[in-house]
Amino acid sequence: MTKTKAPRVIPFDGYTLHLIETEKYKTTTFSIQIKRKIEEKDVTKRALLSQVLKAGTKSYPSSLHIHRLLEEMYGAGFVTSVGKKGEYQIITIRMDVSNEKFLLDQTPLLEQSLSFLAEVLLHPLNDGNKFEESNVNKEKRVLKQKIQSIYDDKMRFANKRLIEEMFKGNRYALHAFGNEEEVDSITSEELFAYYQDVIEHDEIDIYVVGDIDGDRVMETFESKFPLSTRNHDHNPSVPPLNRKEKEKVIYDEQDVKQGKLHMGYRTSITFSDPEYFAVQVFNGIFGGFSHSKLFINVREKASLAYYAVSRIESHVGAIFVMSGIEFKNYDQAVSIIREQMDKMKNGDISVGELEQTKEMLRNQILESVDNPNSWVDLLYNSKMSGVERSIDDWLEGIQAVTMEDVIDAAATISLDTIYFLKGEGQE
Amino acid sequence: MKEIYFDQLQETLYSETLENGLQVYILPKKGFNKTYATFTTKYGSVDNHFTPLGASEPVKVPDGIAHFLEHKLFEKEDRDVFQDFSKQGASANAFTSFTRTAYLFSSTTNVQQNLETLMDFVQAPYFTEETVEKEKGIIGQEIEMYDDNPDWRVYFGVIENMFHHHPVKIDIAGTVSSISDITKDDLYTCYETFYHPSNMLLFVVGNIDPPEIMKFIKSNQSAKEFEPPSKIERYFDNEPPEVAKKKSVIKMTVQTPKCMVGYKQASPGRFGDERLKYELGMNLLLDYLFGQSSTNYESLYSEGLIDQSFSFDYTEETDFGFSLLGGDTTDPDLLAERITEMIEAEKTKGIDSSAIDRLKKKKIGSFLRSMNSPEYIANQFTRFQFGDMNLFNVVEMYDKITIKDLENILLEHFNPKAFTSCQVRPKKA
Repeated sequence: MTKTKAPRVIPFDGYTLHLIETEKYKTTTFSIQIKRKIEEKDVTKRALLSQVLKAGTKSYPSSLHIHRLLEEMYGAGFVTSVGKKGEYQIITIRMDVSNEKFLLDQTPLLEQSLSFLAEVLLHPLNDGNKFEESNVNKEKRVLKQKIQSIYDDKMRFANKRLIEEMFKGNRYALHAFGNEEEVDSITSEELFAYYQDVIEHDEIDIYVVGDIDGDRVMETFESKFPLSTRNHDHNPSVPPLNRKEKEKVIYDEQDVKQGKLHMGYRTSITFSDPEYFAVQVFNGIFGGFSHSKLFINVREKASLAYYAVSRIESHVGAIFVMSGIEFKNYDQAVSIIREQMDKMKNGDISVGELEQTKEMLRNQILESVDNPNSWVDLLYNSKMSGVERSIDDWLEGIQAVTMEDVIDAAATISLDTIYFLKGEGQE
Repeated sequence: MKEIYFDQLQETLYSETLENGLQVYILPKKGFNKTYATFTTKYGSVDNHFTPLGASEPVKVPDGIAHFLEHKLFEKEDRDVFQDFSKQGASANAFTSFTRTAYLFSSTTNVQQNLETLMDFVQAPYFTEETVEKEKGIIGQEIEMYDDNPDWRVYFGVIENMFHHHPVKIDIAGTVSSISDITKDDLYTCYETFYHPSNMLLFVVGNIDPPEIMKFIKSNQSAKEFEPPSKIERYFDNEPPEVAKKKSVIKMTVQTPKCMVGYKQASPGRFGDERLKYELGMNLLLDYLFGQSSTNYESLYSEGLIDQSFSFDYTEETDFGFSLLGGDTTDPDLLAERITEMIEAEKTKGIDSSAIDRLKKKKIGSFLRSMNSPEYIANQFTRFQFGDMNLFNVVEMYDKITIKDLENILLEHFNPKAFTSCQVRPKKA
């Protein structure tokens, strides 16, 4: 029988170690999350840092050396990235490696992985004063290209524009990749000083998932990851609501074939609230699934779109609707979407819709723990929100949501901004 | 029921070919919550010229019809099958490739019921003129979404350049204009020809009991009636080994240019272990030439010609094959030139066997990691099986690939006459 223990949480100096011991996977997954409030003056620097961390270490000075090492380790996966959760900009360093027991030779991959991750985090290539200049320059170019690629993907572009408009003046409006025009001005010295500050002060969580000997892993961490103690404010904040009198409507024009209609709603309920389960069910009925009101009415009945979905931005209390439509169908699509929201608010929801949605959410939660990365994500979201919930808490929470709860949740939701990317010169 | 144990992977695969010709494979995954099933027909966008079941004359059908059919199968007289799945706690989906159409669900409850829904909806078509018309709006928007996607455009652009006649050059979804011609009768013709159980494969992976699931599938299938299986005749025009066009440029509303280059496979048509060896060899070789640990990659990255979006891939099916390399770049012409230079230089250098040993380790480890993913296992297993290959022989086959094999592939495949490039460039602001 396959065994899975309840996740263990071990506080060390300077970071928290989370161990998920399970026989389910043929791999061991490591995920290091480095969190700090998103700051306008540092947003681009932090994005660049996430790139530079994977560019070279003391023992493996270039990405060529790193990749040869990873190949020797039976093609271990290694990525660094930067993202945003609520008001925090988070650097993630992830590694996954085969479990030795499926290999013919007994390479100590777990030990090797931990040594390598310690290098990446604690000994990136530097001269005590700055990062290696050529690595920084290469990564600057790559970061600029990454920022540009948002513009090139019209769905992501529309999403970015909606958030900028909807959260104007709020730190949440900043994109986790930072600003293209700031990239070149960052010096290697500045970046290194920022890195030192990050290692000294940021909140760090490390997750290890796999068929591991937890006690041994703990010992290794103790010796390999010396970090200094730090204090953290554990009260997650939610961006102020600044409710608008009237919805904001923004049009952009580009030479595109399909219009991107993105609508942003606000709710006062976030991940840490007990009502969050009801918002999840709300979103599922509204636009989260293929039985949802948006899919049925925008796509199936009116044939206006290939996709019409909604998703929750759980740490800031927002719901985003996304759809790709013909320019001329803008009014019709907006009015159908508004109508569906009104139905939600008026409780025009069938028992079937409610039950179906709960069943789908339950399925989603259970499926997420079949994948090490989505499992870590679920645990980290909980940790960040300050309200830790087990898988059973999730399942029970969803199960307990009533029709009334959904209608109450709907009452907290209001349309804030409509964003439309349309073709040039289109009415 | 056949039972094969794969020692190194610690997996047991169960299989049986049913009386109606359907191939069924079951892989139990202990400890998983999820069960994932795919029901796939060997029918994709390239199959547009064939002799319909029971007919004597070949027909040509409108572009995009396999994909259109995929959409329409979900709709029944009184309901939409997505709803049935979601009532049973499953999420359903489907996709169409050049050579396959797959229907799938994933769920953590009601596995048998969902499996029944999957088999029943795929095996009970219902099309009317009216619902066919309505779907044209939805698929039209799907096509326009891809039209605005520069990665898709450059990918298809380079394939289009390669082929003179082969339908692989036609976008899988067709065009707004080609789908406007599709009728319900066309859909029935294609359905009846290609959705015979003997042209299909069912794969179930998850926390399940194989004998019980197999019994259930068999009783579902034996209750249905099918024509006796017959060989499907598909027609493809003769395709010259040279590319149709050396280069093309697409102007779009983007900030970063893109470049994709490719080599057309001059001699496709391998099956079984021969194809497996060739395909794995090609992937190994591409990784050796342009993977992140190669000096070529390091040079291109340092020269500022590529970034993390750079990727490469090899595709081979019965009648066509190609390798593709590329991504975002500041200078598409220079990138294309540098790639060809590097390939020509490698032809005279000889392959470094220690690098290949390292890359084999990487490939084996990556394969092992992909065994965590039920989606990967089901989809890849089916693709391999349709080419008479076995997914679970991958590790063993890597061991058999020699430096000589790789040198042969390098000289044979990367022929300058088979080279083409496509680029996306920003429209002037």
